[in-house]
Amino acid sequence: MQLTLEFGGGLELLCDSVKIHNVDVSPNNEVDKLTMKDLLVWVRANLIKERPEMFMKDDSVRPGVLVLVNDCDWELSGQLDTPLEEKDVVVFISTLHGG
Amino acid sequence: MENKMESKGGEAARILSEIETLKATRSDLDNRISALEAQLRHLNFEKNNVSCPSISTGFVHGLSPDMIYRYSRQLLLPSFGVQGQSNLLKSSILVVGAGGLGSPALLYLAACGVGQLGVVDHDVVELNNMHRQVIHTEAYIGQPKVKSAAAACRSINSTIQIVEHQEALRTSNALEILSQYDIIVDATDNAPSRYMISDCCVVLGKPLVSGAALGLEGQLTVYNHNRGPCYRCLFPTPPPTTACQRCADSGVLGVVPGIIGCLQALEAIKIASAVGEPLSERMLLFDALSARIRIVKIRGRSLQCEVCGENSAFTQQQFKDFDYEKFTQSPLSVAPLMLNLLPEDHRIHSRELKERIVKGEAHVLVDVRPAHQFKIVSLPNAMNIPLSSLESRLAEISSALKEEEKRKHSGFESSASLYVICRRGNDSQMAVQLLHKVGFTSARDIIGGLEAWARDVDPNIPTY
Repeated sequence: MQLTLEFGGGLELLCDSVKIHNVDVSPNNEVDKLTMKDLLVWVRANLIKERPEMFMKDDSVRPGVLVLVNDCDWELSGQLDTPLEEKDVVVFISTLHGG
Repeated sequence: MENKMESKGGEAARILSEIETLKATRSDLDNRISALEAQLRHLNFEKNNVSCPSISTGFVHGLSPDMIYRYSRQLLLPSFGVQGQSNLLKSSILVVGAGGLGSPALLYLAACGVGQLGVVDHDVVELNNMHRQVIHTEAYIGQPKVKSAAAACRSINSTIQIVEHQEALRTSNALEILSQYDIIVDATDNAPSRYMISDCCVVLGKPLVSGAALGLEGQLTVYNHNRGPCYRCLFPTPPPTTACQRCADSGVLGVVPGIIGCLQALEAIKIASAVGEPLSERMLLFDALSARIRIVKIRGRSLQCEVCGENSAFTQQQFKDFDYEKFTQSPLSVAPLMLNLLPEDHRIHSRELKERIVKGEAHVLVDVRPAHQFKIVSLPNAMNIPLSSLESRLAEISSALKEEEKRKHSGFESSASLYVICRRGNDSQMAVQLLHKVGFTSARDIIGGLEAWARDVDPNIPTY
């Protein structure tokens, strides 16, 4: 499944400072749909190069990270259970505090 | 030669003291001028009201001829017009923080005619603020930001009320200060302040225009407006402190908070004038490098929110008693972190190191700052191995030590010392911990880093 993943607010530093990743992620088996939960596991294994604790806590993202699926907060689409479709855009952004 | 140096030092001291005296005089004069101006405005106001009752009662919107002329370009906007301006003039807005975000926000809010404009800040203006905190001028370096910001606002618009709150916002004074305003603008720079201001807005029922900027990115949204979410609905659990970067550590391009601060002013103006659609339940994400602005839909008010949720009973008293620094594990003020990880004998003061270097002690100096900071300034003969790559580059340190021993003792077996420096003396301690663990038992960290070196040993080393 072709997905576009974007990292911002400093999270890109965890993946070689690259913000946009066009990736091909396959579900575990043919029947199951890929969910955000699966994608997080995949991202952690394949894209996160350092300090994984700055990206994830338990099986979700760490506090202070907003997840957007097609420009919409994942809280509105089922969080970890959000099903992903071909060509979806998933954004991981760390909240900023500076000023 | 020495006499000449001394007389130069005396000359500099004399000039400095004269500058101080003149600055104090100017500040006195400024205060007297603004007091007189206020008096004059008051007199004019009374005079106009007496001599031209027909005019002041002639317009139902209550805008004076001067106001009509001053705000004419806004009155000409069909979607804003007299009603929007009149609403704005009756509104009050508080900007918390007169820094990178607060500077442009305050300038525009003063210019557009907000009736009462408040500003809270406890800090003073510094030279390294100027590139982004555009409300302040060089003349105000060393003076309170609130004073500087208020003077700038008054010089743009002397007809509105500017209120100075020259203090740090705390749970002890926040309720009292925020309750005097209709709309709050969060232009602060740290996580505990953001939670505190949001909670206070929920308790008082005030809309909150929240902006943040760091590096080359910015974020903007409106909280607690029209049953929309509050900060805690979005971020119920505070992030780890390591995820809370500060402009003073990570850097920020000046114009980036400028853009977000302008947008904060815009959102506050929209709410105050009851015009347009505020950015509630949506968030604006700005990425300066790729020139991208994306507006995303965020969750609504959370029923489970501990502060604004259905079953929450977060009271003013609970707010006063809440420890925001403990909750977020970080301080409300932005004083830099001072770690103390090492035993005394694994550390060295910069002055002592300087003496040892002068005596010709064999040593290697490792600077563990990131490469781009090393390029700004570094000590002579320091080798740069950033903390993040230290573990994989230990061999370089070993060979540098051997080289130094050979050089200084021409064959004699004697060990060279290993010193580690960084910007402020935190990373260097972590580096020394690591070095001791892998066998570099002579490693010592330079207390206070380059900043201490510049302060105590060589004032010609620039700080940043």
